[in-house]
Amino acid sequence: MTTASRMPEPFGQGQGANLADILERVLDKGVVIAGDIRINLLDIELLTIKLRLIVASVDKAKEMGIDWWESDPALSSNAKHKELARENRELRERLAELESARTPLERGAGRARGEDESP
Amino acid sequence: MTGLRYVYAVCRPFGAALQSQLTGVAGDPPRTLRHRGLVAVVSHVPEADFTEESLKERLEDLDWLAATARAHQQVIDALTAVTTPLPLRMATVFRDDSGVRVMMEEREGDFLRTLDRLDGRVEWGVKVYVEESAGQDGRGGREPAGKPASGREYLLRRRARTRAGEELWQRAEEFAGRLHGTLADRADDARLHAPQNPALSGATGRNVLNAAYLVRRDLSEEFVELVDRTKDDVPGIRVELTGPWAAYSFAGENPEEGAA
Repeated sequence: MTTASRMPEPFGQGQGANLADILERVLDKGVVIAGDIRINLLDIELLTIKLRLIVASVDKAKEMGIDWWESDPALSSNAKHKELARENRELRERLAELESARTPLERGAGRARGEDESP
Repeated sequence: MTGLRYVYAVCRPFGAALQSQLTGVAGDPPRTLRHRGLVAVVSHVPEADFTEESLKERLEDLDWLAATARAHQQVIDALTAVTTPLPLRMATVFRDDSGVRVMMEEREGDFLRTLDRLDGRVEWGVKVYVEESAGQDGRGGREPAGKPASGREYLLRRRARTRAGEELWQRAEEFAGRLHGTLADRADDARLHAPQNPALSGATGRNVLNAAYLVRRDLSEEFVELVDRTKDDVPGIRVELTGPWAAYSFAGENPEEGAA
């Protein structure tokens, strides 16, 4: 067994270590063994790619305009609400469209209803 | 305590005790599980967090992922202080001890070969950054102040700025190539990793070299000094050293694959 004598002081490790450095190693490197609990390696790879963009400094990423995870259902619970809101909006728009198409026949009624329902 | 077995690393049996304060993933202290000529370092993790379904969800929770990755690394780090561990990828989980033993027996040959190759060696990470500001305004303050007086002047300034940026890039690439060559000569093995995104690492500047070097412990001090000496060689370029890490980047089955 080799002892750790004469080893220089660690650099950039421990609590202060860059999370990107740690994730790069523990997620991406190391020996791959299929345990009893199978995780899809493709999932991990996809995750790693996503993490290349965000980890450690979400605020900074936002400053740079990288905020896609906020609308990615896989990464944000917020996104699910947004998804619903978007669907809702689309449905309303579609409804308004249909109703306005009917207006030449039923002057006023459909349009007024359409306006009531818009947020 | 029941639960699943989370495996951090496989090592040869080692005499030293792990730090008593050491906790692993999910707060459980890691212990060793010996099978023939090998030792697995394991801890118990709750089934609730580590079934296929919940793991998939957890891995996308950044806070959970960060905490788990740090806990994993902390155990590997403690092992690196007393032996040469073969780190496994995060979240390698078995139902029980006998599952771990079966795995160790199946992979025994591979493990022993890789442990021999890595014995007494650690990994050092070296990154080279180009300072963003240095690229933007030439080498700092050379650019004339004030608004350009004409379209022609604007274009000239822009061209000068672009050229300064290109020169810096070229210098940085040459510097990184030279440094990598020098360090790879002193190392037993080297790997080039994808550059890190600044948004990800929180580091300033653009990452142009992200490399890992496998170095003998007894030569590590010299290696670190060598990196240190290059640090202020070129203005606008920054060198960052991390380590000693367990040989994560060299633990794979194919040592030739991805070799620099």
